Amino acid sequence: MRKDSNFFVLVGTIGLFVCINIFLMASGKLPFSFDGFGVILGAGLTLAIYSFLYKDNPAFKIAENLYVGVSLGYTIIITWFNFLKPDLYDSLIVPMFSKAATKAPQYALIFPSMLGVFMFLRFSRKLSWLSRWTFAFVVGLGAGVSIPRVISAFILEQIKPSLHPVFSGGETLFSSVNTLLIMLGVISVLIYFIFSVEHKGAIGKISKIGIWFLMISFGASFGYTVMGRLSLLIGRIQFLLRDWLGVLQ
Amino acid sequence: MSSNRTFPVSFFTVKTFVVRKYFFVAAIILLSPCLLNTGIFAQLPSFLIPPTEFKAFDTPNDAGETISLTWSISPSDAPDVFYVVYIDKDKNGDFEKEAIRIKSNASYRTAAPEIYGHKKSNGNYHYVQIFPKKVFNGETIDKRRVYYFKLAMVAGNNKIVLDTIASARAHGNWLHLKKTNNFLIMMTLSAIILYFIVHARQNPNMFLRKISGLDAVDEALGRATEMGKPVLFVHGLTGMGSISTIAATNILGRIARKIADYDANLKVVNNDPIVMSVSQEVVKESYLEAGRPDAYSPDNVFLVASEQFPYVAAVGGIMTRERPAANFFVGYFYAEALILAETGASTGAIQIAGTDAYTQLPFFITTCDYTLIGEELYAASAYLSREPMLMGTLRAQDVGKGILIVILILGTILASFGLTFITHLFEAF
Repeated sequence: MRKDSNFFVLVGTIGLFVCINIFLMASGKLPFSFDGFGVILGAGLTLAIYSFLYKDNPAFKIAENLYVGVSLGYTIIITWFNFLKPDLYDSLIVPMFSKAATKAPQYALIFPSMLGVFMFLRFSRKLSWLSRWTFAFVVGLGAGVSIPRVISAFILEQIKPSLHPVFSGGETLFSSVNTLLIMLGVISVLIYFIFSVEHKGAIGKISKIGIWFLMISFGASFGYTVMGRLSLLIGRIQFLLRDWLGVLQ
Repeated sequence: MSSNRTFPVSFFTVKTFVVRKYFFVAAIILLSPCLLNTGIFAQLPSFLIPPTEFKAFDTPNDAGETISLTWSISPSDAPDVFYVVYIDKDKNGDFEKEAIRIKSNASYRTAAPEIYGHKKSNGNYHYVQIFPKKVFNGETIDKRRVYYFKLAMVAGNNKIVLDTIASARAHGNWLHLKKTNNFLIMMTLSAIILYFIVHARQNPNMFLRKISGLDAVDEALGRATEMGKPVLFVHGLTGMGSISTIAATNILGRIARKIADYDANLKVVNNDPIVMSVSQEVVKESYLEAGRPDAYSPDNVFLVASEQFPYVAAVGGIMTRERPAANFFVGYFYAEALILAETGASTGAIQIAGTDAYTQLPFFITTCDYTLIGEELYAASAYLSREPMLMGTLRAQDVGKGILIVILILGTILASFGLTFITHLFEAF
C-alpha cells in the first residue's frame, strides 16, 4: 500500500514535470534547442535533489548517482589534462619514444612516476608492500611542508596582532577595552585547550570564560554562514522561477 | 579730538592691510608644497628635483627571481609624478625597456620590513622589486647575468633621467634567514616534545583531562553493536598532507580496533584516493592488532566521490539507506558539514564530530551529540590510545601553550610601554 502510494507520487511528479516542460516549449517560453533542454535538465536535477527533503526516492537516487558519476568522470579528465598529460606524458613519455619530439625527456620525472605506479601495486598481493613507500613519502612530505606553514599561520600570524599596545599611542578607551577583551579571549581559549591540567579552581574558571568566547564566535559564524546558505537557496529558486518557468524577469 | 580719534583708526587699517597682504603672500609661499600635494590646487610641478641614492641589489631570501631597487624620496614627489625604472642587459644600452612605473607618493621601504626592519627612516626611501623574467617576457634568467637600471622621474611632459646606473645580479638563497624565528620555534617545540615523550615513557600514568566527546565513542560503538547496524566513519575533504586528516586516521585506527573487538561493522567513506588507501592500511592493522584479520574487508573502506557535493549526496544516500547506528565526522570539512550532520541526525544515529575547521564547528555543535572542538581532535588519539608518544606530545603542546600565554602577556605589557621588540620577534615572513 505504502509502496504503491510512493510509486504514484513519483509517477505523478514526473508526469507533472513533463507536462510543464511541454507547455513551456509549446508556448515559446523555453527554446526548442540544446539550451532549452539544458535548462530542463538543470531544473529536473535540482528538483530531484530537493526531493530528498521529502524522503529518499528513485528520482533522488538517479540524481545522486549521476552527480557522483559525472564528478568522477570530470575528475579523471581534469587529472589527465591538467596533471598527467603536461607533467608526465608530454614531458617524459613523448620525448622518450617519439623521434619528432623537440624537447629532451625530463628523466627526473621517473622517480615520482614510479611512486605513482607503486600505488597500483596494492592490487598485487606480493608487491603491495611497495605502495607503502608512496604513502610514507606523501605523509612525510605533507607533514614536512605543513609544519613551517602551521607555525607561520597559527602561531606567528596570530601572536603579532595580539601583541597590541593597551594604552600607548593615543588609543581611545574603547580600543583599550577591545585590546584587553581580545587578550582575555585568546588566553582563556588557550587555557581551555590545555589537556594535561585538571580544569578546576582558577584554571577551570578561566577555561569556562574561554568556552563562552568560543560559543559566541561560533554563534556569529553560524549566523553568517546561514545567510550565505540562504543566498545559495535564493540562487537556485531564481534559476527555477526565472530560467525555467519564466515567472521572474 | 575727532581727528585724534580717526587717525589711529585709519593708521591701524592701513597697517593691518599691509600686514595681511604680506601674511597672505608668505602663507601662500609656505603652504604651496602642501596645497600642491593635496590636489585642491593640484598641478604638475614645473621643475622636478631628482631623487638620490639610487641603488640596486639582489633581493635577499628569495629564489633568485627578483632584483630590489631603492632610492631616496624627492621634494617633487606628488600623486601626478611618476617614477619609471628602465632595464637593460647592457650597461651602454639604450635603456628603452620599462621595468616598472610607480606613483611617486607610493612604494616605500616600509612595505619591505623583511629587508629594512621597522626603522623610522624607511618612509624616506622608495623601494620596488623587479622581476627580470617577467620584464623580458618569460625569458629564462641567466643566473650570472647582471641587469642595469636607470631611474626617471616623469610629470606630464616633463621627464628627467638620473645619470646613475644601478646594477645587480639576481641569485637564489639557500636559506630564508627571516624565517629563523619559525625555525627556532619548531626546534624549541620539537625539543620540548622529545623531552616529554621520554618523560611519558617513564611515567605512563600521565594525567589527561576528560574529553566528553571521546567518552561517548564507547557508547556509540556499543549501541551499534547491540543494534547490529554499521558504524559510519566520514573523512573530511583534505588530503593526507593535512594535519586534521592525519589526526582523523589516528582516531580511525582506535575506533577500528574497538570495532574489531566488538565484532561490529565499520564503513569508512573517503573523498581522496590516498586517504582511502591509508585508511585501508590503518583499519587492516587495527584488525590485525585485535587478532581478527579475517573480519577485515577492504570493500568497507571505499572512495565515494572526489568532488565535494557529489560526496555529500552519496554519503547522505548511504546514511538514509543503511541507517548506521553511529556516525563519526572526523577531519577538515567545508560547506558539506551541515548537510552531512543534518542527514545523519534525521536518521537517528548517535553522532560524534571532530574538526578544526572553525567555520564548520557551529554546525557540528548544533547537529551532533558530541563535538571535538579544534585541538581536541589532535588530543583525541592520545586520549584514546594512552600511548606514551602521543601523551608526551600532548603534554609538550600544553607547555607550548603556556609559553605562548606568557609571551602574550609580556609582549602586550611591553608593547603598551612602546617596547615592540617582542612583537617584531614574532613577525611572520
